[in-house]
Amino acid sequence: MKLAISFLSGLIFSGGLIVSGMINPAKVIGFLDLFGQWDASLAFVMGGAVLVTSIGYNLILEKPKPLLSESFSIPQRTDIDSALVAGPVLFGVGWGLVGLCPGPAFAALIASPLATIPFFLAMLLGMWLGRNKFVFPLSRTHASS
Amino acid sequence: MHEYILALIGGTMIGLAAVMLMAFQGNVMGISGIASRLLPPVSGDWSWRISFFAGVLVAPLLAMVYSGTMPTVEITGNVPLLIVAGILVGAGTVIGNGCTSGHGVCGLSRLSRRSIVATGIFMLAAVVTVFIVNLYGARVSL
Repeated sequence: MKLAISFLSGLIFSGGLIVSGMINPAKVIGFLDLFGQWDASLAFVMGGAVLVTSIGYNLILEKPKPLLSESFSIPQRTDIDSALVAGPVLFGVGWGLVGLCPGPAFAALIASPLATIPFFLAMLLGMWLGRNKFVFPLSRTHASS
Repeated sequence: MHEYILALIGGTMIGLAAVMLMAFQGNVMGISGIASRLLPPVSGDWSWRISFFAGVLVAPLLAMVYSGTMPTVEITGNVPLLIVAGILVGAGTVIGNGCTSGHGVCGLSRLSRRSIVATGIFMLAAVVTVFIVNLYGARVSL
């Protein structure tokens, strides 16, 4: 049952990326091109997603536990450390260069495999390097996460 | 249909997916976290991650069956640039503990201070990067 739920969640998420056009890096770059020919449509993706999630989370998080597991896994940290600045800077530069963030990179892998594979494999390498901490000293600060 | 309406529908779907994952499993729908915690996989905590990504990968195929064409994906940049950008996105999201979905959608929705800071920074960094790249006309097609 849990696997069916996570499958369905991934399917709907990816469907949202496709319907909204966020799967297309050219469109994402159009959205990020604030000082050029700005394509505002993706602001509605973010807005719609945050609206629905805020309402849903508010209802769900009042419950003692999720329907299929023992507890909610919500990040508890509130501190602002150097990794929380450096990580998003690196991510933002990479996102701006190509227009792919992690979710669309997975969906685009199927829609356009050849064009997506170099970025996708490099992204997994980057995640592995970040996760395994020995290359990026900054990532040591979140060892517990 | 107007693209703003499609964007709103797509955004609503992304929100529903996040709500579903929280309601049933209690997990935040952060793609970089769901992926990077498979590198390497942790015993007892990997199968739902794999099935989530199976869903992500199946959706474009369903779209293909439904509409007859694959969703449009236009990627510009030569291979070295794509590799550098991929490493930055992968490492940056892990170091910063989240990406557009984890910080940008789920984190903002629960007004997490860390997510608000992270989202502001990666949006700013991305906008500045696009501005600089366009300034130099550096986008080349594959």
